Amino acid sequence: MTVAIVDYGSGNLRSAAKAFERAAADAPGRPRVEVTADAAALTRARHIVLPGVGAFVDCMTGLSRLPGMVEALRERAEAGVPLLGICVGMQLMATTGEEHGVHAGLGWVPGRVVPIPSAGGELRIPHMGWNEVEPCREHPVLAGIASGTHAYFVHSYTMVPDDPGDVLAVTDYGGRISAVIGRDNVLGTQFHPEKSQRVGLALISRFLAWRP
Amino acid sequence: MLKARVIPCLDVKDGRTVKGVNFVDLVDAGDPVEQARIYDAQGADELCFLDITASHENRDTLFDAVKRTAEQCFMPLTVGGGVRTVDDIRRLLIAGADKVSINTAAVHRPEFVAEAARKFGSQCIVVAIDAKATGPDGFEIFTHGGRRGTGIDAIAWAERMAGNGAGEILLTSMDRDGTGAGFDIALTRRIADAVKVPVIASGGVGTLDHLVAGVREGGATGVLAASIFHFGTHTIAEAKAHMAQAGVAVRP
Repeated sequence: MTVAIVDYGSGNLRSAAKAFERAAADAPGRPRVEVTADAAALTRARHIVLPGVGAFVDCMTGLSRLPGMVEALRERAEAGVPLLGICVGMQLMATTGEEHGVHAGLGWVPGRVVPIPSAGGELRIPHMGWNEVEPCREHPVLAGIASGTHAYFVHSYTMVPDDPGDVLAVTDYGGRISAVIGRDNVLGTQFHPEKSQRVGLALISRFLAWRP
Repeated sequence: MLKARVIPCLDVKDGRTVKGVNFVDLVDAGDPVEQARIYDAQGADELCFLDITASHENRDTLFDAVKRTAEQCFMPLTVGGGVRTVDDIRRLLIAGADKVSINTAAVHRPEFVAEAARKFGSQCIVVAIDAKATGPDGFEIFTHGGRRGTGIDAIAWAERMAGNGAGEILLTSMDRDGTGAGFDIALTRRIADAVKVPVIASGGVGTLDHLVAGVREGGATGVLAASIFHFGTHTIAEAKAHMAQAGVAVRP
């Protein structure tokens, strides 16, 4: 069994791959981390990671260019395979993204991706740096993230799920914005666990141990 | 709330650190990866590598240092120095950099920043600005390590670069760099007020109070320093404790 990190040409996957390799070395069954652009590789994955940096539409276009990848992801998500989206990878799970026009997302977690409300121009955008994560629902992958734990964020858009129950944790940047979203076996972090030092590595470890 | 970032910077030449922390337990004090690990363990919020390798042929040494650092330090890494083409950026990102900083190449061709931001996203494009005071309220952009004036007004330049898609401004006062006299607060304030993207203050840190002033008086989102950390004058942890005591919110 493997941990598949989907490579659709979005930015640098090296640090994500290295962080998952580090965590996988101690995970049950020591799964192999596979960075892949091949939809068929998802069938042997016990965990799937959807990374993403850059603009929503560019990421969605990149993903759609891989033959069969969107369908394979959907099929695996429906089959109950644990799936983690990171940053724009999380945002892609929404119904629509409103960066450079309105674009369709994967639609796994109903909701929209909108600009961070800039509180009358008071806020610096992007929201870049370490901010506190406030869990608002219990979730096995978030166990151990105490209120006020810091994680590394860098984004200009935020995901607003239609059902507030899909928001598992928030952060405060001119108001409460989504930090972690999730529904069933699908999970997404707006922050970068692979850049959040030991807090992030611990979250990755819990994701790899997660059997939803 | 979002915390002020403390960012140690390492000067890297031919894949080796030029100045380095002199800790006895270091196997190789000139290895940027070892230095990065120390800063990581001390709680640095990000790392910055400034490549000052003179010859282009030795550039692979930088990619190797970035690659090895990214394998061991799970924190944001910005790499600058000699970034001139989209391919330079691509290679650094693939090696494991999270952000690249562009300086001279942006002055030569401002559209380069827009192209890079479109290609890779604003979140990974930092524009480094080296500025010098030219009068009571004027600041000019310099290139080539502060040796070459451009006649470009620093504040207008920062606005233009943010407009071109820079996700962050790394602002260095060439008057203060290496002096230990503190950030140029007037310059920092002017730039921080002019743009909406994060601004990192750099150049001149000699005491921990300077870090506090950069955030509180200068309005910087983060503070970058080299010497006070390199020479072991202060640890990152000491810097953060001092800032916290002065009322600046930092990540513990």
